[in-house]
Amino acid sequence: MGMTHAVKVEEATVLFEDFKALDGVNLELPVGKIIGFIGPSGAGKTTLIRAVVGRQRLSRGAITVLGVPAGTAELRSRLSYMTQENSVYPDLTVRQNLRYFSTMFGVPRAKVADEVSRLLAVMTMQSQADQLVRSLSGGQKQRVSLAVALISEPELMVLDEPTVGLDPVLREQIWAIFRKLAANGTSIIITSHVMDEAERCDDLVLIRDGKVLAHGSPSGLCEQTGTKTVEQSFLQLVGAQA
Amino acid sequence: MTLRKTFATALRVLEQLSHDPRTLVMVLIVPSILLIILRYVYDGEQLVFDSIAPMILGIFPLIMMFIITSIATLRERTIGTLDRLMTFPLSKLDFIFGYAIAFALLALLQAVIASTVVLGLLGVTVLGGTLPVLISAVVAALLGTSLGLFMSAFATSEFQAVQFMPAFVFPQLLTCGLFIARDHMATVLQWFANVMPLTYSVDAMKQVTLHATWTSTLTKDLLIVIMYGAVVLILAGLTIRRQER
Repeated sequence: MGMTHAVKVEEATVLFEDFKALDGVNLELPVGKIIGFIGPSGAGKTTLIRAVVGRQRLSRGAITVLGVPAGTAELRSRLSYMTQENSVYPDLTVRQNLRYFSTMFGVPRAKVADEVSRLLAVMTMQSQADQLVRSLSGGQKQRVSLAVALISEPELMVLDEPTVGLDPVLREQIWAIFRKLAANGTSIIITSHVMDEAERCDDLVLIRDGKVLAHGSPSGLCEQTGTKTVEQSFLQLVGAQA
Repeated sequence: MTLRKTFATALRVLEQLSHDPRTLVMVLIVPSILLIILRYVYDGEQLVFDSIAPMILGIFPLIMMFIITSIATLRERTIGTLDRLMTFPLSKLDFIFGYAIAFALLALLQAVIASTVVLGLLGVTVLGGTLPVLISAVVAALLGTSLGLFMSAFATSEFQAVQFMPAFVFPQLLTCGLFIARDHMATVLQWFANVMPLTYSVDAMKQVTLHATWTSTLTKDLLIVIMYGAVVLILAGLTIRRQER
């Protein structure tokens, strides 16, 4: 492919009237890694990923995704986006949801059934396949939403709080899936405000008040701040900023 | 735009409705029940009922489809599915026409049931025959779907979406010629009625009722409703944005 970065962000600024949701963000995110956007609620994580997937227009700056400008039509079949809401239809069954989204993603007609079976197996949801999504538990709905993001295993997956509400066993399974995808070259961006999630990422971007406080590996950030955990690093960086 | 994705969206909307039997019953059966009630409101005045029942057959699909489309589309916005779909490789037209096809089919079914009740059970005579009644009803439903898709962009809750019905549809209902001939209304209201689509939907049903053949006025009325629906559908497309500011 020859791509050096999955995502390159240059001076990205988003203004909502007088409020700066993003304030001159610069980032270069590597290919085939799990990258965590970590920060408190309201830090700007969701705005940044919405800009990456092309849903949020920048007031200033530029974002390049997989070598082309964010929001370009060709990216729509190369990336997936999981929003904070479940973003699946509660009044359809799990199978109907996966079939619909697979069709809309452009999976060939002859392969839709196989893709749906694959997604059900990956998420271990075969026994819930014909249940309405509205009758599922919160964690199961989350898995359906994640399954939609896995359709056709795109080059870049952008996932907003993908493991919120999942039990520890399932969270382990999901992280194993992320690891396998990244090993095969998929770049994964996840947001989280939970610091123990951060330790699992290859690369971390600490965000607060629309700005990047730090960017590096979990161990690198701890080394840089002389702390033992990412949470301590984050708190130290926030303290230094204040 | 790809036909496969458009029809997949239509199928998905119909599948959603199939899991909601209460809504289906409301949409398909309630108009017929209301028409039966109306028939006995005009008990002893069969001629009056005969003249207004076909017009109501043109109004119900518009109102019903307006309400369910505006709420269904609003739900797409609030539960995040529209947000997600806008990052997918699909045209906005796939989404919009998918809704239009699904609700046109539903409206056809509604019109078949209501027409069977009005023309069969209640014995109302329509000189133009059943087919023009069904065509006019489906055209009215498509207009209701377009208006619902468009108006949903201006609602932030289902409560607001429902309020658009009295705010937007009732003025048209009062001035469309159902209650009183339009030339008996104040001039300003006549102007208003002349630019509102429900007027032409009701006029189309009047034509079907009074003429045994397909008249040029019927064609004109239906074309106005179709063009109005198409323009509103385009405006609805503009309210769905790939990128937000």
